[in-house]
Amino acid sequence: MNTLSLFGLCGSALIGIGLYGLIVNPQPLRKILAFNMIGSGVFLLFGMVARRGAALGMGGDPVPQALVITGIVVAFSATALAVALLLRLHEATGAATLRAPDADGPPDA
Amino acid sequence: MSVALLVDGGLLAMVVLVAVWTILVRDSFSAVIGYACYGLLLAFAWVRLAAIDAALTEAAIGGGLTSVLLIRAVVRLRGTEAAAYAETPGPLQRILAAALSVAVAVALGVVVLGLPDPAPSLAPRVAEHIASTGLGNAVTAVLLSFRAIDTLLEAVVLVYALVAVWALTPDRLWGGRPGPKYEVAPNGMLAYLARLLAPLGIVVAIYVFWVGADLPGGKFQAGTLLAAMWLLTIMAGLTDVPPISRRWLRIALVAGTVVFLAIGFAGVPLAGAFLAYPEGFAKPLILIIEAASMVSIAFTLGLLVVGPPERNGSP
Repeated sequence: MNTLSLFGLCGSALIGIGLYGLIVNPQPLRKILAFNMIGSGVFLLFGMVARRGAALGMGGDPVPQALVITGIVVAFSATALAVALLLRLHEATGAATLRAPDADGPPDA
Repeated sequence: MSVALLVDGGLLAMVVLVAVWTILVRDSFSAVIGYACYGLLLAFAWVRLAAIDAALTEAAIGGGLTSVLLIRAVVRLRGTEAAAYAETPGPLQRILAAALSVAVAVALGVVVLGLPDPAPSLAPRVAEHIASTGLGNAVTAVLLSFRAIDTLLEAVVLVYALVAVWALTPDRLWGGRPGPKYEVAPNGMLAYLARLLAPLGIVVAIYVFWVGADLPGGKFQAGTLLAAMWLLTIMAGLTDVPPISRRWLRIALVAGTVVFLAIGFAGVPLAGAFLAYPEGFAKPLILIIEAASMVSIAFTLGLLVVGPPERNGSP
């Protein structure tokens, strides 16, 4: 195992931590945050794979690096849309969570 | 080597600790602040991976803009905090979720440790063809030449995301101004900071844009910086968000995509393929695309942060 594997293991851990937060945190905003954490873990795995491909004076394989940059920007736009949906839901219904308004049964829908 | 291991190990341990704290902390506002720190720490990890372009993007977007977006949202949702917290799942569900998360992380870790050696890489092919683009930064060459279609579609995604956010506008406010009106003391610290920082930030953004051809940097990073400076002046009350019905604003939002598409289609008769650049004109064409995209990215990112209209268009 070398130093580079540490980055990969860190990425894997971040995906696990984010997944836990996504399932357990009831606040929708915390779920969005946790989902972003999963995303950044995936990006970090990409970064490690890119670094492994270092060759010919380049610090890493530029193709996955470019994909990560595109990915970060797209993740941000998806986050912005999710937050806007959440705020609008709150404004329209006063809802605090994603639980179905009919509170009798479990929120299957 | 052992110093490098110590630095990297310490950095990654901090990233994981902040991540755990961010997920587990009870107060959502603290979690959002934790996430901002997490984003900045992660940017350092990107530097250590020799991916400076990605580090700049992560610091600007992952650590910066996403945090602004989340802080604005968490303040508005503060009243729902107690009701939402009451719905925290019971211990059994939490244990099952933890088991699943650990299983996923361990499985990924096993994959990481078993990656093939020597690693596959497209770096030699990029090195072989980079001269044809006239650029020195391999990442920019990939973004705007070899994989230009990805970057084009990404520009489209940004515009679509903003259209979707605007679609959430209540009918009576359509065409109005997004976000609240910021009333800030005109001679307060925030206004002073905005006056001082915005001009510097704009100069830095233009520099980051210009060196992006040969060194780490480029239109995303520069566009994000410009968006941040714009948001700073808005939040300091020095300027106001334009109503979304303004024609100049809409032209600015789509300019990048339109220019990119026009040059892409011009490639069909001139260079034989969509998004191909004619021999010897690659660099000037890429610069034109980047300049137009930077403006569109700056406006789109800024408006994505401020959200759908909340006020009527009249000042």
